[in-house]
Amino acid sequence: MTNAIGTSTARVDGIAKVTGTAQYAYEHPFTDPVYLHPVQATVARGAVDTFRSDKAESVDGVLAVLSPWNAPRLADVSDPELSLLQGPEVRFRGQIIGAVIATTPEIARHAQSLVEVEYTTDDHDTVLRADHPDRYPEDDPQTIGDDVDEKLSSAQLVIDQRYSTPEEHNTPMEPHTAVALWDPAEQHLTLTTATQGPHSVVDTLAPLLGLEPQQLRVVSPHVGGGFGSKAAPHGHDLVAALGALALPGRAVKYAVTRQQGFVFVGYRSPTRQHLRLGARCDGTLTAIDHESFSQVSPAGTFSESASSISASMYAADARRLVHHLVPLDVPPPHWMRAPGEAPGMFALEVAMDELAVAAGIDPVELRIRNDPDRDPATGNRWTSRRLVECLHEGARQFGWRDRDPHPGIRRDGEWLIGTGMASATYPHVMSPGTKVTIRHDGGGRYTVRTGAADIGTGAWTTLTLISADALRVSRERVTMEIGDSSLPTATVAGGSSGTTSWGSAIVATAEAFRRQHGDDPEAGAQTTGGVSEDPLAEGYTAASFGAHFVEVRVHPGTGEVRVPRMRGVFSIGRVINPRTVRSQLLGGMVMGLSMALHEKSVRDPRFGHVVTQDLATYHVPVNADIEDMDASWLDETDELATPMGSRGAGEIGIVGSAAAIANAVYHATGTRVRDLPITPPALVRD
Amino acid sequence: MRPFDYERATDAADAVARAASRPEAVFLAGGTNLVDHLKLGLVEPELLVDISHLPLAAIEQEPDGTLDIGANVRNADLAAHPAVRRSHPLLSRALLSGASGQLRNLATTGGNLLQRTRCVYFQDVTTPCNKRSPGSGCSALGGHTEQHAIFGASQQCIAVHPSDMAVALAALDAQVSLLGPEGVTSMPVTELHRLPGDSPERDTVLDRGQLITGVRIPPPPAGARHTYRKVRERSSFAFALISLAAEMVVEDGVIASARLALGGVAHKPWRARRAEEVLHGAPAITETFTAAAKAELEQARPLEGNAFKVPMARAMIVAALKELAVETT
Ligand SMILES: Cc1cc2nc3c(=O)[nH]c(=O)nc-3n(C[C@H](O)[C@H](O)[C@H](O)COP(=O)(O)OP(=O)(O)OC[C@H]3O[C@@H](n4cnc5c(N)ncnc54)[C@H](O)[C@@H]3O)c2cc1C
Ligand code: SF4
Repeated sequence: MTNAIGTSTARVDGIAKVTGTAQYAYEHPFTDPVYLHPVQATVARGAVDTFRSDKAESVDGVLAVLSPWNAPRLADVSDPELSLLQGPEVRFRGQIIGAVIATTPEIARHAQSLVEVEYTTDDHDTVLRADHPDRYPEDDPQTIGDDVDEKLSSAQLVIDQRYSTPEEHNTPMEPHTAVALWDPAEQHLTLTTATQGPHSVVDTLAPLLGLEPQQLRVVSPHVGGGFGSKAAPHGHDLVAALGALALPGRAVKYAVTRQQGFVFVGYRSPTRQHLRLGARCDGTLTAIDHESFSQVSPAGTFSESASSISASMYAADARRLVHHLVPLDVPPPHWMRAPGEAPGMFALEVAMDELAVAAGIDPVELRIRNDPDRDPATGNRWTSRRLVECLHEGARQFGWRDRDPHPGIRRDGEWLIGTGMASATYPHVMSPGTKVTIRHDGGGRYTVRTGAADIGTGAWTTLTLISADALRVSRERVTMEIGDSSLPTATVAGGSSGTTSWGSAIVATAEAFRRQHGDDPEAGAQTTGGVSEDPLAEGYTAASFGAHFVEVRVHPGTGEVRVPRMRGVFSIGRVINPRTVRSQLLGGMVMGLSMALHEKSVRDPRFGHVVTQDLATYHVPVNADIEDMDASWLDETDELATPMGSRGAGEIGIVGSAAAIANAVYHATGTRVRDLPITPPALVRD
Repeated sequence: MRPFDYERATDAADAVARAASRPEAVFLAGGTNLVDHLKLGLVEPELLVDISHLPLAAIEQEPDGTLDIGANVRNADLAAHPAVRRSHPLLSRALLSGASGQLRNLATTGGNLLQRTRCVYFQDVTTPCNKRSPGSGCSALGGHTEQHAIFGASQQCIAVHPSDMAVALAALDAQVSLLGPEGVTSMPVTELHRLPGDSPERDTVLDRGQLITGVRIPPPPAGARHTYRKVRERSSFAFALISLAAEMVVEDGVIASARLALGGVAHKPWRARRAEEVLHGAPAITETFTAAAKAELEQARPLEGNAFKVPMARAMIVAALKELAVETT
């Protein structure tokens, strides 16, 4: 055994990335490419009446203008997000209603501005309200245990509050890009795109385009961040493909602008939440009633269910969870890091802090008192639930003991100081279905091939380590090939499931390889295998847990909030590569800080689109905002969850971290902020 | 982006002549603001006159201490210059609080003064904006106004000027040197930008083809202390919610002179003359500072979305003056 797993390993693609030679989707070389720029709707609801493109067509260098009527027809228009240019309907402002293809991006962009469009418009509504007349429950309320209303009316302590989280956009560093090339002789489309799952793009797009899966190849070796927004194809992939069909033999390139990145590549729905906690004087919960609301689009189905988080987090005698959808004239919301968990846990963990204050109990102790022996949602046993150890270890690292709970009394010069904490959790997800091919290249060298995606998480490296151990060779002897749908099928990089799902398939295939070829295989020996079932032990629930501890400084005159110290301790199963895992956890915590203090997409209800549509007006933290931050984990392996013993690390860092900051702001100032983000206007005192 | 012509000026007079020759000509300096605007379609000039290489990049200190700064001096170089750091650390601090290292390496003194508002509706050609297309309406009114003006706005426009550097220059009584078709002139920085009134499309009083050739800053009064405070929700790389440049001279507990300017509150860098009047000759105590802030903020007309700026400005003014008073006594 080589024990590559567990050793801190620099990224195998690191040098290529820092020297700029790693090719991102838009950078692949193509001969004589052409460039696409879309025409976007300037109304939020209605239909295109006229689409006059003669001026655009007469610009030198314009090769084609696609309209709702002349664009290539799709074979299947059942997906409303991707059925673009198939008819005149406008479902949200900024929707793609046409496209110009030209010899340079500048010409395409200019010509696009010359297209004259007239619309029939209908009234639109883009404001999420909990009392919206069109709201409807996504499912029947989930009730567990006793009657919630009864328990609440007899509770000694009740917290009954409303919370909200804003619309947020994923804004990965690498904008979404796609290059599509239709080979008319071979009847084959190549789509080079930034995606979290090449095979899922094929599965979605091939039927729409009327292609057999083998007629579409998706290439995506390097991805500059996705945070969920690249987990499925969006409009840019589809229009690039339509452009390629319209111009056979030419590579059609489309780089989504930053402004367009705030329209049709997904975002996190805002949420409104109503939480009622009932408890005894000692803080033990008798009731949890969590109601949440998010928006849905006529052009999509995704919903941000925030209340689900309360199903398994704490013990309670009675529980009711319900999520409502509000249909609005907005673009389709989509995955964004820890969808549902991140906003839901903000509300739950602030409410728990409010309960701790009301009960006069230390917030760490409150969580320990409500730690359930079994999964409250199912009655299952836990494969490993070590929240309490995370809380203890985090408190120890942070120096939480002897904290004075009184708010608004610590000062350093003009600044108020406070500390806060919150729990974290993320479900364990293992997606079966990944296939892997292992080939012995001779001399103890192996090539391991699977269509996984490295979206900056370090999958290139992690999968190399897993392969090395599985094949019992040093990692230098393994060549990974990922990021291409011509490789064996792999599941999407999402739900913090990538490493576990792909890694389990590699481990299983290596075993099959040895069974087939013995311990001394010939050069060229090859085996394809995979995992077709989730190996989670029957009757068990697997989930990751963690604890956040935070110190904040708040300026009472200006409302500025700074975060000098942040600690996260996590229980995430076996850690494959400490270096990239730490980076994932820290990245999640940074994004939690961002959610707490910065991110907010302002959708102007009069127009219907997001007006903070660049990184100068949509803020994420800069280096100076991240001071002393650290993440660590418990030493463990969870073999009841998977034979490899790992769970996921990609999302848990953002879960609970925003609440910990909000709780620290309360401790610093005495002001309880229940609406994110916490910006100066909320805290300035007259 | 509309196609345009591009010409490199050979000297300042040539730049002015070229710009005056075509009705829709603009100067290109660092390009950090203008190029964005070209891409977004906010401006559609027919000619770019590149002035970035003209020899207007020197910083000289005259015998009386006046600093003479060329229009093409990059923001990074200006902030780091020993004479600036010695005589006007306020200006260095203001510059360093703006944008990012990369941008400051490109951005010029002239371009920084003439950068345009960051009003989100101004920057989006799909929404009405009187500044971008006169008469189309002001989308900010009734919209997202967190960044907008509390002083001197009109029903036509409530935008703010976003520069940090200009706020420091306004406090320091800097003069702008100009070359136009009519020849050489100069004016105080405080008179360069205008309030929106009925013609918000005009940010400044400059005429077409007028080139900023430099900025002159008189030496500070003896014994002056100064500070620059910029408030924003993240620590760096963000425009100010409010910024404040403050300078004060205290002698024997009495305020001998005080100069204050605020950014992020008006269509121009806002010199706080009313506050200065209260301060001048008064005892350097908290009551005076509070009264000064009050006098200035009495003219504030906040909107619902930016009402927080009034208490924020008050807290900033009082805190800055206290800091300056403590240091001098
Ligand atoms: C992301 C981002 C963040 C920023 N943050 C800040 C901030 O926090 N604080 C801040 O103060 N600024 C900030 N800026 C703005 C930055 O300071 C300006 O973009 C820069 O100063 C403009 O200078 P330039 O030389 O690049 O001007 P250009 O873009 O070349 O020109 C700007 C305008 O000035 C005109 N012009 C330029 N030079 C002259 C001249 N000599 N005479 C006459 N007209 C002239 C041009 O025609 C044009 O209209 C930021 C910019 C960006 C992109
Ligand atoms: S405030 Fe001024 S710049 Fe902004 S939309 Fe109104 S007119 Fe335009």
